[in-house]
Amino acid sequence: MTERTTVRKRRLLPIPGTVAVTAGDRVKPDSVVAHAELPGKVHSINVANLLGAAPDEVPEYMHHKQGEVVQKNDVIAENKPFIKLLKTVVRSPVQGTVEAVSTVTGQVLLREPPRRLELLAYVEGHVTDVLPQHGIIVETDCTLVQGIFGVGGETWGELTMAVQSPDELLTADHLMPAMAGQIVVGGSFVTADTLGKAKALGVAALVVGGMHDKDLRTLLRYDLGVAITGTEQIGFTLILTEGFGTIPMAAKTFALLSKHAGQNASVSGATQIRAGVIRPELIIPASQQSAAASARPKAEREGIVVGDQVRVIRDPLFGRIGTVSDLPPDLRQIETESRVRVLEVTFADNTRAVIPRANVEIIEG
Amino acid sequence: MTASASVPDRKPFDSLSVIVATDCGSTTTKAILIEKKDGIYRQTFRGEAPTTVEAPFEDVTRGVLNALAEVEELSGRKILDGEKIITPAGAGGNPKAGVDIYVSTSSAGGGLQMMVAGAVQSMTGESAQRCALGAGAIVMDVLASNDGRLPHEKIERIRSLRPDMILLSGGTDGGTVTHVVEMADYIAAAAPRPRLGMSYDLPLIYAGNKDARERVTDILGTKTALTVTDNIRPLLEKENLTPARNKIHDLFLEHVMAQAPGYKKLMSWAGAPIVPTPAAVGFIMEALATRDKINLIGVDIGGATTDVFSVFGGIFNRTVSANLGMSYSISNVLAEAGLANIMRWVPFNVDEQTIRNRIKNKMIRPTTIPQTLDELQIEQAIAREALRLALIHHKSLATGLKGVQQERTISDIFDQKTSGATLIDMLKLDLIVGSGGILSHAPRRVQSMLMMVDAYEPLGFTTLSVDSIFMMPHLGVLSTINEKAATEVFVNDCLVYLGTCIAPIGQGINGQTCADYVVTFQSGQTSVQGTLAFGELKLIALGNTERATVTMRPVKSVDLGEGKGVAVTKNVRGGAVGLLLDGRGRPLQLPTDATARVKAVTRWNRAVGLYPTTDHS
Repeated sequence: MTERTTVRKRRLLPIPGTVAVTAGDRVKPDSVVAHAELPGKVHSINVANLLGAAPDEVPEYMHHKQGEVVQKNDVIAENKPFIKLLKTVVRSPVQGTVEAVSTVTGQVLLREPPRRLELLAYVEGHVTDVLPQHGIIVETDCTLVQGIFGVGGETWGELTMAVQSPDELLTADHLMPAMAGQIVVGGSFVTADTLGKAKALGVAALVVGGMHDKDLRTLLRYDLGVAITGTEQIGFTLILTEGFGTIPMAAKTFALLSKHAGQNASVSGATQIRAGVIRPELIIPASQQSAAASARPKAEREGIVVGDQVRVIRDPLFGRIGTVSDLPPDLRQIETESRVRVLEVTFADNTRAVIPRANVEIIEG
Repeated sequence: MTASASVPDRKPFDSLSVIVATDCGSTTTKAILIEKKDGIYRQTFRGEAPTTVEAPFEDVTRGVLNALAEVEELSGRKILDGEKIITPAGAGGNPKAGVDIYVSTSSAGGGLQMMVAGAVQSMTGESAQRCALGAGAIVMDVLASNDGRLPHEKIERIRSLRPDMILLSGGTDGGTVTHVVEMADYIAAAAPRPRLGMSYDLPLIYAGNKDARERVTDILGTKTALTVTDNIRPLLEKENLTPARNKIHDLFLEHVMAQAPGYKKLMSWAGAPIVPTPAAVGFIMEALATRDKINLIGVDIGGATTDVFSVFGGIFNRTVSANLGMSYSISNVLAEAGLANIMRWVPFNVDEQTIRNRIKNKMIRPTTIPQTLDELQIEQAIAREALRLALIHHKSLATGLKGVQQERTISDIFDQKTSGATLIDMLKLDLIVGSGGILSHAPRRVQSMLMMVDAYEPLGFTTLSVDSIFMMPHLGVLSTINEKAATEVFVNDCLVYLGTCIAPIGQGINGQTCADYVVTFQSGQTSVQGTLAFGELKLIALGNTERATVTMRPVKSVDLGEGKGVAVTKNVRGGAVGLLLDGRGRPLQLPTDATARVKAVTRWNRAVGLYPTTDHS
């Protein structure tokens, strides 16, 4: 979570195409910044089989040569029997071009016309670099909130708070028809019926602390095995800021989102938890006036120190937030008998716990 | 089948005395220092650092330098001169400076990702898959004429995958060319792009019917970086994987590695070709099996994937279960195994919602570790299932050749043997080698041993071991230039023997006699004898360097490898755990009733001292 930062997004086409903007242009989330022609779908027709001919005879029966355009239902090949009644014709099932005629397999490949693929800017900002034929880099001064897990792709809309506090459940009653197309922020947990209502209303995105795994399974209609997401078609984008279960959203995150309620934001649920980690994100562009004044690079930090605020990210104290009160340098034996690096955390109620360092994360901001 | 891990040509590197090796993994680059002391090679120091293939560094050598710097700091040996590795050892007259050679393996950036294609799925399709897996690749998909997909579906799939390399096979030499030409047409129509960068052509190896070479070259020669090599299935009854595997390694270096950030520099440092990590592990497994003339299974259970290696009757096989792992893929183990299969190993009851949420939380925060005993027991239960499923996968691919006509005798007809049966015979298995954090770093060694025994259900007499600090990749690449050094370090510093498991085959009523046993220790210690009952686990102390002669006299319904009721005497080795007598029966069956299951698992755990004693251990 960062109150003010500069985000640079590489927006790249999957195949070479045309870039539609120039360096310095301002773009909005729905601006088309580049486009490409995706090769059309290929259809294969076994002409040799259909004509009862040998594969090497196919070229002589073809009406169209390789590279020629055909319309749907055009005759692309016919045989030449002595008795006309036995004549067989092969028609094109699609509009396209003849891609290949094989004298080995007797197959003809037809390719549909290319499809236009448009690449959108996704975030509001300005174009800093053009990567010819491939895409652009768009830069935005913004507030950035990263979640821990998400599903669904890129979207944008107005940020709106549906609950009053970070520990409040987001229920179906909190969702109003006016929230269609908006990014709705909940508290500690989203219920299954809330997810259903969000889809029905056309909410752009939900941002909440946690949910149950069983509700995710119901939403996706399968059990997610590996956290590589972002392409799900579930009707909205969902971002969890804390994890699975009922976990209040970190107070700082909730306060920051509340502060920006009413502003436009871009969100992506794309998550990839492997080498090259991608976490879901919420980007709130700063207004141009304030951006010029206060965008500043974040100071690099050197590991964890006493006094840092941390969140426990593993049972038995999962979700609790406290302050680091000691950092013993030596390895300590924990209940499992493993010897690991630990730290001591003091919670708001003055209780203390010794926790493996691997099981906490620093709350930044 | 002539499958074997392709070991590059050996060079005379006999005079090496100081070796530094790295393994550039997806997340961590691990360095080890090997020094020759009193004529013996030993691993002396290790260091590690985050891998730096990806942004913001985008240069793999940064992570290598950081890992080597840690080795420098710990060993007091000056290895680096700025950003160069000092060679040879003793450079500048300083005995504590320099190394004789630097070698490395790599799986950074997701390793080598391949797509393979064959004519018939169960024949050339499987041969191509075995070939790519043996070369250390992750096989993203296997395409075949009869894979059930329509042509446009195949083409869409080829286009969307973006592999590092494609292996196209199909047809025996002199056989039909139709199917392989058809596959070549589909690949050409898809015009696949390589994963790393858009500016170069995708490497494609053609290793199919030699009569189709010309046609395939016409179709793919201008659309891909085509390399033609010997057919991997020249005859129906012969598999010839080595030439294609060697080509995969060559192209891995020339194309894939050359595109990955920093690898050109890394290759210039290395004194031997950089090898994909799993291929290097395969080298060392094969070397061990050859040296000791044994059958073995090796497993490396990681965060994302589980690799299984086997050598049976001299035939090497490797499989990757791409989504069975203990962190990134932990949720997929749950999805594939099902909750009931995981919970059967847990010595307490827990509600489904809690455990599902916990597993998902581990998936999204993969670097966390179990803090409580409950959590450790759940993770080790999941590991059992990941290991079990990965072995099932391995057995299905490590097979004899399918489609081969066999001469049959009358007894074969009664045996109902078919071509393509699995090569994995648990009764002939001599050694299991476990690797990966959950096995190598389990708080108690007996936990590693029982995880593997429960998952694999070894039969008869089987020795078990673990890799101490995951240095098999380093030793695998080292074995390509100095097998003596690799073997000495492997035996002295890498492999930790756990002991021997003796598991009678058969089932009976709990408490009734399964077998009588006599253990005679070679150390001269008083022999131990007793009765192993059904449903019983017994642990007998037998130290790391100790051996014993064990005689098992099974009851008439039980087999120990020589037939039902036949006594068996074998010489066994001890280890960090000892001698495990497993009377739980084979196949292993756990009580279905929840209370009885918890009681049984708790009893077994206590019998071998699996966990510190608590209410439910």
